[in-house]
Amino acid sequence: MTDLAQGVESSSAPGAAGGRPPEPAPPEAAGGRPPESGGMVDVFTDTEIETAAAANPAGYAIAALADSDPRVLTLSADLSSPLAEFRDRHPDRYIELGIAETNSVSVAAGLAASGFVPYIFSMSPFGVLKCAEQLRTDVAYNHLPVRLVGRLSGLAMGFFGTSHHAVEDIAVARSITNMTVVAPADASAVVGLLRSTADLDGPVYLRIPERSPTVYKTPPVIGHGEWLRLRSGGDVTLIGHGMGVGLAVRAAAALAADGLEADVYDAAYLKPFDEAALVQTAARTGRVVTVEEHNEIGGLASIAAAVAGRHGLTAALRAVALPDADLEVGVPADLYEYYGLTVAGVVTAALELIHPARS
Amino acid sequence: MTTADPVTPLRPTTLERGRPVTVAELSWRADWIRLNTVRLIEQAGLGHYASTFSCAEVIATLYYHTLRLRPDDAGWPDRDRFLLGKGHVATGLWPVLADLGYFPADWLGQFGRIGSPLNDHPNMRLAPGIDFSSGSLGHNLSVGVGMALAGRLSRRDYRVFVLTGDGELQEGQVWEAAMAGSHYRLGGLIAIVDANGFSGSGPTSAAMNIEPLAQRFAAFGWLIREIDGNDARALLDTFDSLPDAESDQPVCVIARTRKGRGAALFEQAPQSWHLGLLSPEQQAEVVSEISARMQ
Repeated sequence: MTDLAQGVESSSAPGAAGGRPPEPAPPEAAGGRPPESGGMVDVFTDTEIETAAAANPAGYAIAALADSDPRVLTLSADLSSPLAEFRDRHPDRYIELGIAETNSVSVAAGLAASGFVPYIFSMSPFGVLKCAEQLRTDVAYNHLPVRLVGRLSGLAMGFFGTSHHAVEDIAVARSITNMTVVAPADASAVVGLLRSTADLDGPVYLRIPERSPTVYKTPPVIGHGEWLRLRSGGDVTLIGHGMGVGLAVRAAAALAADGLEADVYDAAYLKPFDEAALVQTAARTGRVVTVEEHNEIGGLASIAAAVAGRHGLTAALRAVALPDADLEVGVPADLYEYYGLTVAGVVTAALELIHPARS
Repeated sequence: MTTADPVTPLRPTTLERGRPVTVAELSWRADWIRLNTVRLIEQAGLGHYASTFSCAEVIATLYYHTLRLRPDDAGWPDRDRFLLGKGHVATGLWPVLADLGYFPADWLGQFGRIGSPLNDHPNMRLAPGIDFSSGSLGHNLSVGVGMALAGRLSRRDYRVFVLTGDGELQEGQVWEAAMAGSHYRLGGLIAIVDANGFSGSGPTSAAMNIEPLAQRFAAFGWLIREIDGNDARALLDTFDSLPDAESDQPVCVIARTRKGRGAALFEQAPQSWHLGLLSPEQQAEVVSEISARMQ
């Protein structure tokens, strides 16, 4: 676990370079473009917004990785727009495979078995769920360095229909032996996690949220398997991954206004899992709220419960997550509101743990 | 302190493409594969006889004539690749890899036991000489596309051979790979279909028609060679006349074979011997039939 909590409290030097860890951006002063959490995303567009680094950090960061590592390739299952920058810089190292996710994963395995490090761009609902067996049998069992970059995770395509929800991917990916699973909180964390996982010998699933609330001003340095502590407090623990981190940070600020101090973590690594960080904070606060854009089964909520139980902790748990139910279809922002994946939803969950009698 | 013997640098031995071999020798080798398969299955207690027997000549021709290999440097980047799409016939490959020196022959004695690097389906992490793991049908032609693309990216002239079953072609992913193979003009990619006409549950095309195979692969942009896959002469000639790896069309060799080929018991009831274990009397009969041909 990397403690950035001090950084929050003394965040006066934006974009700190040099020896200090990158600072979390205070919710009120999120750097870069304003947060537009819950907006709809057109990943097929060729307009400036999607090819810009802010909207497409993975495309830019992988192009930069490829500059210095000749093993790096990109593969696309009809998701080439985010690779515009990469295609410009490394046209020979981009391989389009069309709307054929399963083939893409096995082709990537063949490339990886020949010394390359392929990054597959795919939509999360299809890249993981449709290809679970190829990921397991061809990639993970063979310990091959294939990276699956899942765009449009969670409810990012919630408007299109339930076929486009990706809310089980973490459960599936985590259960595959040898798979590393990371879930960046925002655009800067995408870059931080791409760097953190670049040299791993085995496979990685990177689950990218779309337009999640900004958390970091600059790409955080994230140790392998480590969480980032974004705020310290003794009343309740708030842990999120993906968009859940930004919600947790903002909920903590709201709680602080009421005199309640939250311990806040970015669970950027879901596998390996930072058990020590969870045990430490759960023992300290006795109250843990998990926040995630994933089914309550098999995601952070499930893992936290299992870890707490295994360590004999007596902590009260509350999950802000998607229910194991037929989900609604709609614009992401409306769906987040509907399911309580909001700052208010996290605050409510925290207050219910702190004042159980009121709930 | 003693004076060290002069050190001779170890130089890996390269088995070049097109090694001299006669048709009779290849046919003998195919029967040798069958005989060893019977013995390994006896040791393990269960195995895929008939599927292995149908492709024995294919394996013999590739490994004793066609492929460019370095058994004492199994990961040599310039080696030709061989992917066993129909992974359930690895039993026929283990004796070959041991014979060529990929691993000690006494590994075969561990086949079927916990901890053995030689499994019923091949695992690339455990067994030297296995270019990719298999077992889940339909994956390896895609993997072969990836390896052929890698060969082009790294400017190596190796070929990638993928042996599939005919029932395996019912898997949709095979056709995704077939599309990609011709789209990327992978002349170094060779699919060999062991068209023995049977799958686990019965005649392949009774379950789901896969014919006409030649037309189907041709329509996907592949160069077709349709031959008798149990005829070592035909295999030899076909593999000798493959286009260069740098050419621009992948090749599909449709090897028409007989399931259970080489043992009357299996040929008469190929379905029954897809997976099984011979009784001692049956095994004696099969071994005697094969051995008689090998005199």
